[in-house]
Amino acid sequence: MSDPTDTREVILEARELTREFDGVKALDRFSFKLHRGEVLGLLGANGAGKTTAMNCLLGLTLPTSGELNAFGMPLQANRIKILQRANFSSAYTALPGNLLVWQNLLVFAHIYGVPNPKKKIAELMELLEISHLNKSVTGQLSAGESTRVNLVKAFLNDPELLMLDEPTASLDPDIADKVRKVVRKVQRERNVAILYTSHNMRDIEEVCDRVIFLHKGKIVCEGTPSDIVAQSSSDNLEDVFIKIARDGELLDEPKKASAV
Amino acid sequence: MNFRIISALVMRYLFLYARSPMRLVELAFWPVVDLVVWGNVTVFIQKNTNPEFGSYVLFFLGGMILWDIMFRAQQGVAISFLEDVWTRNLLNIFVAPVRSSEYISATFIVGMLRILITAVVLSFISWFGYAFNVFQLSWWLIPFFLNLMLFGWSLGMISTALILRWGLAAESLAWAIPFFFQPVVAVFYRVEDMPAWSRPIAWCFPPTYIFEGMRDVMKSGTMNWDYLGYAAGLNVLYLALAGWLFVWVLNLTRKRGLLTKFATQ
Repeated sequence: MSDPTDTREVILEARELTREFDGVKALDRFSFKLHRGEVLGLLGANGAGKTTAMNCLLGLTLPTSGELNAFGMPLQANRIKILQRANFSSAYTALPGNLLVWQNLLVFAHIYGVPNPKKKIAELMELLEISHLNKSVTGQLSAGESTRVNLVKAFLNDPELLMLDEPTASLDPDIADKVRKVVRKVQRERNVAILYTSHNMRDIEEVCDRVIFLHKGKIVCEGTPSDIVAQSSSDNLEDVFIKIARDGELLDEPKKASAV
Repeated sequence: MNFRIISALVMRYLFLYARSPMRLVELAFWPVVDLVVWGNVTVFIQKNTNPEFGSYVLFFLGGMILWDIMFRAQQGVAISFLEDVWTRNLLNIFVAPVRSSEYISATFIVGMLRILITAVVLSFISWFGYAFNVFQLSWWLIPFFLNLMLFGWSLGMISTALILRWGLAAESLAWAIPFFFQPVVAVFYRVEDMPAWSRPIAWCFPPTYIFEGMRDVMKSGTMNWDYLGYAAGLNVLYLALAGWLFVWVLNLTRKRGLLTKFATQ
């Protein structure tokens, strides 16, 4: 699973993470490491355990058992310190719709203690090509605009760890492509560790260095997208996704592609 | 606690109120309606009864104004939390480096600002419309306001905890909880006029001491210091209990995984 000779800094680590709901295991001894500067995709069909994993990693749900560390610190005991160095964006959350975009972003800039917040917001809005939305009402933005505003919020504190939950959901191909490029650019420039979930396999192939496929809360396979495709009898990552969603395994025996 | 974070959260509520004139109107609308109704009833009774009893009915107006202070303080906490639920912003807050104590403190401050607006509006209308000068309570107004505000905050935290636990199904509690207490905290009548069985219950809550104190001050210009002491002591106890309940429920929702379902519903 992890290479003992790997000397890269571990930003986020889960060890034997299990989360049960009414006796059903949504996550079953889930372990992984996310390194600095790496983009790790968390994949799986609906109900595979991705959201539960993400919620545990964000400290929103407590695991039934197992350990979670970020920046070398136990997550629960150091939640505030860790969240100060991390950020999150999801297609399923929103910033208050009745505030203007700049008002929402300014509030979060102050929460994260961003120096010179107005300049930072302007830079990020320019990066995401939404400077013209500064004075727009947040609730009146299109899905694409809203996603990019959420990403500005997620980049505000120059996070070392970024969790992106389906950032391209409901976006048209053009905007989705722009979002992927910006995420990749920010990740490369700032050496950010990113945990990325998506149902869009194009996203995963373009953005992720490594992926983990989950099925019924368990890791089915893990590796680079190309290694996983090569290891399976499928033609592409989407076929792998469908095979795992239906059969629960990549091959006859769950195997992992070569770890990075 | 980080004051930068508290001020950022307060700033968010100020933006919200500035962007939503109806919310500002709402701060004054119902208190004014209550005041006009009670004011007219007071005038009617004063005109149709003997002067001695007529002077007593001013207690209604005093009680109504002070009750509204407590109600607004509770609303400041509970409605601020609901604003985050309604706008699906709760998850953004819970995954930001915001401590529960900072979040609650911000709602306290918002509650205080709501009280100030309501109090100013009611004081003006009661003085110009009904010749009831709330400042006849003199410096006693300050401990009265403070104690009622503290109890309102406790009720606000309890309301928030219940909404956290049961989701929007419990939303109506944000408005209802203060009214569970209204019959027993002697807002409009003396404790000695209440049924004997309910009097010990009444003395368990800080507002009872404040409303009794208000009537003492209006009647004789003096205040029983013991009342203030009991009210303050009980408020410390209720604040501690409500704070504990809020944190306990928050941890419970995390343990049961309810927080995310609730935050994105």
